[in-house]
Amino acid sequence: MNHERIVGTAVPRKEGREKVTGKARYVDDMLLPDMLYGATVRSQIPRGRIKKITFNPGIAWNEFVIVSAKDIPGKNCIALIGDDQPCLASEFVNHPEEPILLLAHPDRRALRKAVEAVSIEYDPLPAVFTIEESERCSEIVWGADNIFKTYIIDKGDIDGVWSRADYIVEGEYSTGAQEQLYIENNGMIAAFDAQRGITVWGSLQCPYYVHKALMALCSLPVEKVRVVQMETGGAFGGKEEYPSMIAGHAALLAIKSGRPVKIIYDRAEDMAATTKRHPSRTRHRTAVSRDGKILGGEIEFTIDGGAYATLSSVVLSRGAIHAGGPYYWPNVRIRAKAVATNAPPHGAFRGFGAPQSLFAMERHMDRIAQVVGLSPVEIRRRNFLAPGETTATEQIVREPIDLGKLLDRALSLSEYHSKKKRFSIENQAGTTKKGMGIAAFLHGAGFTGSGERYLSSVVGVEGCADGGVRVLVSSTEFGQGTKTVLCQIAAEALGLRYEDVTIAQPDTAEVPNSGPTVASRTVMVVGKLVESAARGIQQTLMLAGMLGDSYSADEFRAACRSHVAAHGELRSWAQYEPPPDVFWDDQAYRGEAYAAYSWAVYVAEIAVDLTTYSVSVNDFVALQEVGRVLHPVLAIGQIVGGVAQGIGFALYEKVIWQQGRMQNSQMTNYIMPTSSDLPPIRVFFEELGNVHGAFGAKGIGELPMDGPAPAILNAVQDALAIGFDSIPLLPEDIFEAITAHSPASDSDVASGVR
Amino acid sequence: MISSLEDRGKCEISLTVNGARKVVLAFPMERLLDVLRQQLGLTGAKEGCGEGECGSCSVLMDGTLVNSCLIPVLQAEGAAIVTIEGLAEGAQLQTLQEAFLECGGAQCGICTPGMILAAFHLLNKNPGPTLEEIKEGLSGNLCRCTGYLQIFEAVARAAQRETTTSS
Repeated sequence: MNHERIVGTAVPRKEGREKVTGKARYVDDMLLPDMLYGATVRSQIPRGRIKKITFNPGIAWNEFVIVSAKDIPGKNCIALIGDDQPCLASEFVNHPEEPILLLAHPDRRALRKAVEAVSIEYDPLPAVFTIEESERCSEIVWGADNIFKTYIIDKGDIDGVWSRADYIVEGEYSTGAQEQLYIENNGMIAAFDAQRGITVWGSLQCPYYVHKALMALCSLPVEKVRVVQMETGGAFGGKEEYPSMIAGHAALLAIKSGRPVKIIYDRAEDMAATTKRHPSRTRHRTAVSRDGKILGGEIEFTIDGGAYATLSSVVLSRGAIHAGGPYYWPNVRIRAKAVATNAPPHGAFRGFGAPQSLFAMERHMDRIAQVVGLSPVEIRRRNFLAPGETTATEQIVREPIDLGKLLDRALSLSEYHSKKKRFSIENQAGTTKKGMGIAAFLHGAGFTGSGERYLSSVVGVEGCADGGVRVLVSSTEFGQGTKTVLCQIAAEALGLRYEDVTIAQPDTAEVPNSGPTVASRTVMVVGKLVESAARGIQQTLMLAGMLGDSYSADEFRAACRSHVAAHGELRSWAQYEPPPDVFWDDQAYRGEAYAAYSWAVYVAEIAVDLTTYSVSVNDFVALQEVGRVLHPVLAIGQIVGGVAQGIGFALYEKVIWQQGRMQNSQMTNYIMPTSSDLPPIRVFFEELGNVHGAFGAKGIGELPMDGPAPAILNAVQDALAIGFDSIPLLPEDIFEAITAHSPASDSDVASGVR
Repeated sequence: MISSLEDRGKCEISLTVNGARKVVLAFPMERLLDVLRQQLGLTGAKEGCGEGECGSCSVLMDGTLVNSCLIPVLQAEGAAIVTIEGLAEGAQLQTLQEAFLECGGAQCGICTPGMILAAFHLLNKNPGPTLEEIKEGLSGNLCRCTGYLQIFEAVARAAQRETTTSS
């Protein structure tokens, strides 16, 4: 199968040279003549009615351009799914940091004082800050019942299983908010003229999301909105939806002032005001047979969406579908719910709901193992999904995955059994307790259910005048290697050299809408379309008699050159068509949730230091089946980077909330892993291939975010014989648990047994 | 729009940047980072946090690695500054830059200029660092994409190449 020349090899990153020489251009590196700088005046309270806005003396207000909701030419919303989030609050505010006014000035340094000199008086309204407060509905802060969205996935007859169960195991698990913490803060530049309309350049993942939002906000037709992605310094989902807000703000200031306007957030503003991972709570109640087989279960998955609906319904959907993990559930009912609170809206972050629900599932598997009296290894082995069986949405597993084999390999690579044995002896003495933990999981690639059909993505490939080809997609590069891999795919499909292929910078004036760069869909879905569009160029040249059945790269280039010289522009387009056997019922939430899944087993080795109560991860094995690996160095980079973020999610990254506002919006007090905090992360791949992806590829970007947290917490339980079901797990939590009760008095197990 | 009134309080500061002598007119407490980026057009140094935590604005000042967001430009009077733009000679990439490219040490690229300067500084002091010394040497520079391992690999590879060529 591996006769390809370019896919599967570590070609140089397309934009790598610019990045290592400092020449890569990010939005803050760009200047336009006569440019103003913009800043945002934000709500200081979680919820209330705006009574009065005062511009205090001491500021030369006549030098400032000031924009309020009244200046919005179109609809005052950030068009996304539900259109409920205003671009600028006009009468009510619903969360701290909600934008109210915009200021612009030629001198960047003048802005801070001016923002501080705007006083806003409010009539405060009662607010809610937690899932539980929102559920109680003592205060309705959104819609009729504080609920953005619910889903029910119902398979088999769950009500009939409880009487047959030998054990019923219950657990509740929770995860905290997590900041994406891309190192480049959000930023946008907008320029307006009446002829051409509005153009924005910025740090973003989804040019056509921004395009759609600006059309609605500025009341402009398609051709008068142009969105250009600049080099983007990390995103991880954090630049999926919020850039539409900043682009809107810059656009409003540009329209009012008639000058280009740049808005760059500083770190504190970026952390406090923009999206974070949804906090979650998952409740499991599982019926298990004496021999450790899952008979059925109820899973209740709830996420805190913050003050506006934004993407919460979609995050909820992915979290719900992944909530059963890689296991066979003959009967299951998953109830999922996204609720409103008065915090800034939570949003996309790598994994998109799955890291939350899979954390719960994988902690719960260890709890089930304990109750049944089996090892964490054995309980998983007895319940793994197998080809031919169905998932919670009744999707038949058609991929030839053997999870038992994957597990065995992960155990052997991590020396799981021998280390576990050794630690159980060594842990009897000393103040360092070591443990081993496993997580098995899956991650669906591409949009959920009918999502890809609705997106109907388009890509183009262009034969250029110099004989090379150029890929035209709106898929963005923000570190993952989009540009490199899509060029590899086109070169492979056409029999060209990697150097013969270039890729356009995403610019809505030039590239078609190939969908957003999210959901681990780029290589699998967009890559497949690039392959197909590339073949269109080849066919055109062959049909024109300019290219034979076999050809060299130079012959292709000559043919392409001649064709362009004779006939002008040579472009080939491909549009997504759903595979014929994919069925999805949006109402019943049943069917083929994803065209393909990636599968993984991760093993964490940890040590808890009982003098500092801190956990260190000493070794980490990440084994996954991701279809064909198209670029080994980039693929390893995705896994290691994702595991590092997962370790942060588990052990370091805690958002401190007070009245809906993030209190630690600095890198000094919101702690992400440094170079000294990470273990060796050992990455291994199985490659089974995939009929739906380019050259057998599946999604890879989000998968590594799902496994580390449960593997680490399972390892902590192994080390201490105390289970923790909430992350982040900080030293103070361990201190409290150890001093509060000894392991012997832990009644978790007993209470789970019928 | 800049009037002479607005320039009041600024002073002339001379410094050497990437081998060339520069004289800038700046407020003494202006950040070296802003002077480099805005006045000298050297945008390779990035602002990630503005408080010396992330290291994206790292430059070399008289051979020492500093966070240019924490250096008032007055403090750089007479100093020799090296930024990422001063590292590659012409079209020839520096060994470290080459190694970062090969090993996957740069993903989104925003921390890369600072990270490469930190690595350059480390290798100047210690041409054959152990893995622990590499981790320590880069611990002032945050990277959210890579999980650092491919960066360590790049630094080790560059060190090895430099040792091979110099011996």
